[in-house]
Formats: sequence, structure tokens, C-alpha cells
Amino acid sequence: MKALRKFIDRIKPQFEKGGRFEKLHSTFDAFETFLFVPDKVTTSGSHIRDAMDMKRTMSVVVAAMIPALLFGMWNVGFQHFRSLGEMEGFWNLFLYGFVKVFPIVVVSYVVGLGIEFIFAQIRGHEVNEGYLVTGMLIPLIVPPDIPLWMVALSVVFAVIIGKEVFGGTGMNILNVALTARAFLFFAYPQDMSGDKVWIAEKADAFSGATPLGHLLVGNTEAIPSFSDMFYGLIPGSVGETSTLAILLGAVLLLFTGVANWRVMLSVFAGGWLMGLLFNLLAVNEYMAIPAHYHLVMGGFAFGAVFMATDPVTAAQTQKGKYMYGLLIGIIAVLIRVLNPAYPEGMMLAILFMNVFSPLIDHYVVHANINRRLKRLKMNTGVSKVN
Amino acid sequence: MSEVIRIRKGLNIKIYGEASRTVHNGTALEFALKPTDFNGVFPKLLLQEGDPVQVGTPIFFDKYRDYLLFTSPVSGTFREIRRGPKRVILELRIEPDGKDRYVSFAGGDPVQMSREDITVQLLKSGIWLHIRQRPYSIIANPKDDPKAIHISAFDTHPLAPDCDLVVEGQEKVFQTGLNALKRLTSGIVHLNLDALKTKSPVFLNATGVQLNRFTGPHPAGNVGIQIHHIDPINKGDIVWYLNPQAVITIGRLFLEGRYDPSRIIALTGSEVTQPSYYRVTTGMGIQNLVKGNTTSGQNRFISGNVLTGTRIERQGYLGFYDYQLTVIPEGEHHRFFGWAMPGLDRFSFSRSFPSWLLPKRKYRLDTNLNGGRRAFVMTGEFEKVFPMDIYPLQLIKAIMIEDIDLMEQLGIYEVDEEDFALCEFVDTSKTSIQDTVRKGLDLIRKEMS
Repeated sequence: MKALRKFIDRIKPQFEKGGRFEKLHSTFDAFETFLFVPDKVTTSGSHIRDAMDMKRTMSVVVAAMIPALLFGMWNVGFQHFRSLGEMEGFWNLFLYGFVKVFPIVVVSYVVGLGIEFIFAQIRGHEVNEGYLVTGMLIPLIVPPDIPLWMVALSVVFAVIIGKEVFGGTGMNILNVALTARAFLFFAYPQDMSGDKVWIAEKADAFSGATPLGHLLVGNTEAIPSFSDMFYGLIPGSVGETSTLAILLGAVLLLFTGVANWRVMLSVFAGGWLMGLLFNLLAVNEYMAIPAHYHLVMGGFAFGAVFMATDPVTAAQTQKGKYMYGLLIGIIAVLIRVLNPAYPEGMMLAILFMNVFSPLIDHYVVHANINRRLKRLKMNTGVSKVN
Repeated sequence: MSEVIRIRKGLNIKIYGEASRTVHNGTALEFALKPTDFNGVFPKLLLQEGDPVQVGTPIFFDKYRDYLLFTSPVSGTFREIRRGPKRVILELRIEPDGKDRYVSFAGGDPVQMSREDITVQLLKSGIWLHIRQRPYSIIANPKDDPKAIHISAFDTHPLAPDCDLVVEGQEKVFQTGLNALKRLTSGIVHLNLDALKTKSPVFLNATGVQLNRFTGPHPAGNVGIQIHHIDPINKGDIVWYLNPQAVITIGRLFLEGRYDPSRIIALTGSEVTQPSYYRVTTGMGIQNLVKGNTTSGQNRFISGNVLTGTRIERQGYLGFYDYQLTVIPEGEHHRFFGWAMPGLDRFSFSRSFPSWLLPKRKYRLDTNLNGGRRAFVMTGEFEKVFPMDIYPLQLIKAIMIEDIDLMEQLGIYEVDEEDFALCEFVDTSKTSIQDTVRKGLDLIRKEMS
């Protein structure tokens, strides 16, 4: 540890201004601060600071995704062998899934972080940790069989067009991972939808439709049991299937206070209420499925826990967060049930509300401004009487 | 007002080094007036280096408000002007002669005196400087009639001095000070108490004032938070505020006809070997106070508390508005994988460190920034430690883009830097928030004048 520190201190000057590797300063800085929390001290304002920083915040989110990732790996193997009609041991299933999923994770990180490093250097900033989360989210929301070049392309598109052009982490309007997902969805629909893509190397005879896929074509009988869907023994994107694993992550996020409970709760509430409303008005079988089914199917839970809660793209005011979350839940279920073109509505619902969250905040903040103006008017009114 | 105002949002930061409840006498070889202690003051000197001074002799005045006199806290010789970049006057050093020679003032019973007489005596003695106004936290203008005068009789900052202790036995002087203040406003003089901890008869038996009771974590003791909950500041309103020890200084002026610059401060912090209270004089050099009483190693000396205080040198001087001196370790060290380690000894408002399991635990916090500066990412953090009906993040952003209308709409007149200190502490993005708020207040003040 001390030797490492000495080594870093020795080579550091070469990466500073005027040094031989000046152009790699941001990269060097990123690695240095990854290894060691910097020795910077406070120079103005509060002399002491909270131990929490962006690295820790982001690593909590990554840690929260680990259950979904591990379960996803296992499930990729499980779905594959089940479609073949074979049953293998736990480790074989996991290994199969690992071989499928791990390269996606690597590609996502290498490409995304590469772009981040370049942009940080151009701007002369420190490398932001935001991509640590995005880089893990993307593999979890793509089908297991996705070609790696597609992953790379979607990452390039999402990071550059979705984030860097707006100024980088903290400045983006749309959730970066969902931008990547939307890019794939609209650019390569044949690889991102239908019955074929959700099980890796599926046997042809086996139906690979997701529960939402079944429902879209009116095949209500075919949807798995609630418990299967809750535990995640269903085909789907890598990390989205197990509501249980996602909820484990949610517990960590809420407990540490990294994610906002208002958003999470209200997304689930919105989806459930919309499901209930459809139950009341049910004219077809899809509308009649129990409202709580909506919460465990497709990407609903994953979106609610990991996507909607992204603080940069969500509403920023506490009151706004309720409205934002509620509308995501409502719109997601609305798209699912009523729009024949899209089996899943979560991605579009969140992106849609990302765009509208500044408007929600605007109204919340203006309520506060009006309250202050009203107080002022009342006050001046009183003083005139005096 | 008998009902208790409960502040729910906030944070008490527990640090080692609370002062023991004994009062020692502090000594110093040098004293100084620091014009930088006063927001928006441009010093014009009245004396030259080498001139003799007494307690209460004016040393400089404000270029734009020449009625504001800044007087010497000791008798001796005006020794040296220390300047900083661009010849800004940083310190005006005074060497004491060990004699207590006072400039004498008329004094009198404020109840019988006119507002004019009281104001003149306060201005001439330099005691007026203790009275500041919101918005802007600048020295009050005697021509204004403030909507109210607020005195916070408890301090909730980390390791803050106990106001009950520092006013002990001063009933008569304190009440005389209050009587004088009452003459300065047509509004109410508010004395804001901690509903549970304030026990001193000096406060509880005060008459002619409105007693307000508060409970809750820091920043419940901040006068800005109290004003917001009692009678918020609207555009155009002016509210005055001062420290309870300043009320005593005022009281003594009228009872004894002299400027008594003594005050009791708490010497605190994890690096102080024996933290306790000291009776000192305004502008006192801290060298003798900390000599032999701090740990070796790199330390930071703070005039004030760890959240809002000013960094000073080991040979520095106490600030005019500070009633506390804190010494904490500097944090110039690297921590291997510090962001990933469990960190049982790290304090965080979030629960991402296991230290939340031990809520009563105290910490030895250093000055490390604990991370790098980032763009704003997290939301809802500030709101948890900001007990006002104001959107802190939105206001900060309005200041950053220098949108004056928006700042006004979002309530900048109601806030001060110190109210944002906790926001700055918890900020994951490590942004300079207090500086930003000061910049915004200065900008508004410039635009309004």
C-alpha cells in the first residue's frame, strides 16, 4: 500500500501540466482517486465534510444490482437448458449464463468508460463515476443473446448523444441506460423483441415468449404463475426477471438513502392503481389480469428500482417525485395494455417522464414562490392599515 | 409564545472535544481587529501605526457608512497594519500595555433614554457592530426601524458553547441590554430558547421580550431558522440579530459607562488536550490559549465552529463574531480504497457507512474533503438538513446563474451562509455552497443599493 502510494507519487508529475503524459491526466487521476481517496482538504465553507462521495454513492448502486446480475446469469442458463428440455446442475446453469452475460458487461464498461475518459480529458475535468452505474444497467436490460457489437454501438450512442453532448454526468435529460435500450429497440427491433430473443440459443420448438409477449397476443392462459414471475423463472432481459433479486437491491438502496423511496413507492403505486382501474373497466382478458401481476412482469420492477430513481433525470423536488413516479407507473401499464405495438411500456414511460420531470419541478417550485408572494402581499396589506 | 416550535430536519454532528464546564482566564500578547470579519465594510484608518489607544478608541471607520466606528478592545499601542493581496487590510494589530484604560461613555438607564441617545452611545463605543441585520448579515443601519430583533439563546453548532453558562450571574446586565434593544425597534425583541436545555434564569426571567421555544437538531439554534419559523423575512423587511453575550456588552455600557470587550469562549475540538471555557477579550491572539494545550501534528485552527468558522493561523486572532475556538486535525492524507472500505470510523449522514449503527458515537473528523468535486447528481439531500420552506438546491442554482429575480422569488432574503453549512457538509458533489450563498447575497445587495 505504501509502496504503491510512493510509486504513484513518483510517476504523478509526468501526468501533470507540462509532463510527458499530460494528455492522460484525467485517466491518471481517475485511477489514482480510485485507489486512494485524495488528500484534498477543505478551503472554504464547512471545515469538515461528510464521508460520502460520488464514488461511494455509485458503488452502492452497483452493489444493489449484484443480486439481479447473479440471478440473471443463472436464469440465462436455466432458460436455455429448459428450452432444450435438459436439466443441469446449479453451477452449469450459472456458468452458461456467466459466459453469455459477462462479455456484455465487459464491453459495456470498456466502451463507456473509454468515452468518459476521453471527454473528461477534453474538458479538463475529473472522470465522473456516473458511468459505473450505467455500465452495469445496460447489460441487465438487454436480451442475453444480443451481439456484442450492438452493445458497443448502443453504449456509444447513449453516452455521447444521451449524456456528453449535454455536458456529462449530472446534466443529461434522459436516463443514459434507457437511451441505450431505446436506441437498440428502434434500430434493431428484430433483435430486441418477439419470441426468439429472450432465451439464449433457444430450441426452436420451445415458445420463448415473455409473459408480456403472451399477453399481447391474447394468450392469457400461457402466463406463468405469480410466484414464478416474482422469483424470476421466466424469459426476459438479463436482470429484469427476478422481482425478488431486484427488491434485495431496493432494500440496500433505500436503506443507505441513495435512492429516493418516494419515487420507488409511487411507481409501484401508479402501476398497481392503473392495473386496478383496468380491472374495473375490463373488456378483454388482458385488462382483467390481477393488478399486482403488472408489478412483477417485464421490466416494471427493475425500472422502478434502478431507472426511475436516477436522481439526475427524475424530478428533483420531493413533492415532484411522487407525481413523477406515479405517472411512470400509470403510463407503463397503460402502454402495455392498450398499445398493440409495444409489449412493454416501462422504458417509454420512464423516458417520457424524464422529459417531463423539469415541468413537474417547475410547478412545485412555483407553488413555493407563490406562497412567498402571497405572504408578502398580506404583509404589505397589514402595514398599510397600520 | 408558549407553544414549542419543533425543528425536525437537521443533523447534530458529534465530535470529540466538548469544553468542560470550567472558565479559565485567557491571556494574550497581542490583539487585532480584522476588518474581514465584517461583511461589506471598507476600512478607513483613523490612527497611524504607533499611536496609543484605550479600550473604546476608534481605530477605523467604514468608507461608505462613516458612522460605523471600529474601536480598540484593549489599551496599548496600535502596532501594525497587516495587508493581503491588493493591499486589502487583513489585521490591525494592537499591543496591550497591561493597563485597563477606558474611554468613558455617559451610560444611563436605557428605559429613560431616547432612541437617539442609545444609538449614539452604541455607535461611539463600537458596540453597535454587534448588531447585525438580515438579509445580508451586515452591520445594522441605525436609521432603520427593524421589524424585530432576535437573540438566539442557544447554539446548536458542533461543540458550541453553552449559552446558559456564559451568561451566568448576569441577570441585571442582560436585562439592561434588552431594555436598550427594546428602544431600538417598534417591533418585538425575540429571545429564542431551547425548550429543553435552556434553564438559566438570565433568559427565563427576561422581561419585555417575547420568549420563543425551540426543539430539534442543528440548525435549530441558527437565528435565521428561528426567524423563518416565527415571522419570516419578506422582501423589504429588515430584522436585527445579536448574540446573548453582545447583549451583556450593551448592558454593561449603560450600567458602567464603558466598553467591556470581554467575552467567554469555548476552546473545543478533538485536538485540544483540555477543552474548556476561557474568559477572553475581543480580537485576542490565540497563541497563548492553544500553547501546550493541543496535540502535535498538523492541526487546523478555526475561529468559530467547524461548520461556519474561519480558518486562522496558530498565531491568529479570534473573530469579532466568534464565541468559540476549535482545533481539528488537517486531513492531508490519502486513504487506500477509502471510498470502498466499510469505514466504521467515518461519519456520514447517509447510512452507507456502518457507523450509523452507533448513533451516540463521537468522531475525530479531519478537514479532508472526502472525495472530488462533481456536478450535482444527488437530489433531496439538502432538504433533509434544511428546515425552511425554501428549495435549497434550486436557490443555489439560481445564485450560480446570477438570476436575481429568481433568487428573490426563491427566498434569498431569508437565508444566510450559516443556514447552508449543513447542506455543504452532506453534499456528495463537494460543492462550495456557503461561498455561493455569500456571493448571491453580495450580488443582491449591490443590485438593491
